[in-house]
Amino acid sequence: MPKITYITADGIRHVADAQVGDTVMATAVRLAIEGIPAECGGNCSCATCHVYVVPDHAALVGPPDEEEDSMLELTASERRPTSRLSCQIVVTPELDGIEVELPPEQL
Amino acid sequence: MSTGALIVGAGQAGAQIAISLREIGYREPITLIGEEPYAPYQRPPLSKSVLLGDRDVLELHIKGPNYFAEKSIRVITGERVESIEVDTDGVGGRASTSSGQVIEFEKLALATGAGARRLDVEGADLDGVHCLRGIDDAVTLRDRLRADQRIVVVGGGFIGLEFAAAARSRGADVTVLQSTDRLLSRAVGPAISDFYLDAHTRRGVTVLLESDLVAIHGDPHSRAVNAVELADGTRLAADLVVVGIGAKPNVELAEHLGLECDGGIVVDAQARTSRTQIVAAGDCTVSLDPLTETRVRLESVQNAVNQGRCAAASLAGSMGIKPAVPYFWSDQYDLTLQIAGLSQGYDKVVIRGDRGSEQFAALYYRGSRLIAIDAVNCPRDYAAVLSALRSGAHIPAELAVQGALSLRDMMKAPIPAER
Repeated sequence: MPKITYITADGIRHVADAQVGDTVMATAVRLAIEGIPAECGGNCSCATCHVYVVPDHAALVGPPDEEEDSMLELTASERRPTSRLSCQIVVTPELDGIEVELPPEQL
Repeated sequence: MSTGALIVGAGQAGAQIAISLREIGYREPITLIGEEPYAPYQRPPLSKSVLLGDRDVLELHIKGPNYFAEKSIRVITGERVESIEVDTDGVGGRASTSSGQVIEFEKLALATGAGARRLDVEGADLDGVHCLRGIDDAVTLRDRLRADQRIVVVGGGFIGLEFAAAARSRGADVTVLQSTDRLLSRAVGPAISDFYLDAHTRRGVTVLLESDLVAIHGDPHSRAVNAVELADGTRLAADLVVVGIGAKPNVELAEHLGLECDGGIVVDAQARTSRTQIVAAGDCTVSLDPLTETRVRLESVQNAVNQGRCAAASLAGSMGIKPAVPYFWSDQYDLTLQIAGLSQGYDKVVIRGDRGSEQFAALYYRGSRLIAIDAVNCPRDYAAVLSALRSGAHIPAELAVQGALSLRDMMKAPIPAER
């Protein structure tokens, strides 16, 4: 199982066993990791599952597509070069070990 | 010990009230009770990916399996609240359930949701006549969607059209009956309605506008549906009839408590009912649309979540929930419709993009003010308008009409003085 580390805005690290095919958002929700409200349930309509991919892992995760890119303009916390919506990141074996930081605000 | 908060209804809104209460530091007991036999789950996929078999119903939970226990939120499923008594001092009371339990509470929230409206015609109770509201409905319908089925969908709203799209995608023969002169007539403007009529027709669905169903016929022995009859005498063969004619808010408990109801439980911007100690949230409520000053009932995840947060804040005596801009979405075939704002009360429409390539948007204005967008496969325009509506930025209609320009760039234009 790929491991994903979620780092909350106050620095707490949660290491999650993710299932291939799940999204990074759904994994956090399943494991009750707070800081990802994911209001629309993964439909790329609300921008409340914003994460910052730790820069060293950004290339592995890749850039957002057009739809996600436009929604990233709506995030409650500042957008950074490695901002992604976690409902659009599908877990693959290659993502094992990635770390994502949660922004201070999602709403 | 305090008896804490009782939340009646364990859907999206009820779950959100419980989640938000804990997030804002409420420490007393929380009981969340719902009549469906499932932990809180998301409804939108029921008429979309679940029907297509792309998503298992087990994946619909709003929170993971341990969340509610970890947060000391008691979740009671498969149990209906039959009656509620509130103490005369207005604080606290007790609820009685279908199994005879009595649950005491200090604070009360109603998130009773809405039920599918039923058809009131002969044959509406035949086998093979279904509505689509809960997990059980979706699973039953998913398992009946086969290419050899002749399906009549009653109602051309979101549920009816999403079901029609899923059924057609799985090869079924599909006819949609709509009683008014256009599809989605309560939700979108005429240009979008016309587009969806064409889009469904192009994909092989028959849409009959201004058609009135008068009866459903079936085999007298097996009770299986076999045809529907329209007011003009037309009979359409049908193996399955799916009814999507809107939802009726569940207000019985609220009415018994003497709360003001007007097509839903009346709540203010803080989700407080006419007895301000009692809050309500989600599909069961009506609230004031500040723009048109009319009461609206918003059936959406966004409204359930936002009102749920407001309700929790009111119960816990905290403040600071930002007013929210409504948004909605609908997936049909490869078409994603995204709506931001409420278009009711508009007096001008700007169309952008290209209908023929199935990428276009309608922007709605009231005077010079942008109030809403319906965007088909146009996520950039949707995001720009949602952002403008949230920030109060202006997108002038005379610029928006230039489809080649980005709305986001126009938004940087200075906001003109109020006229």
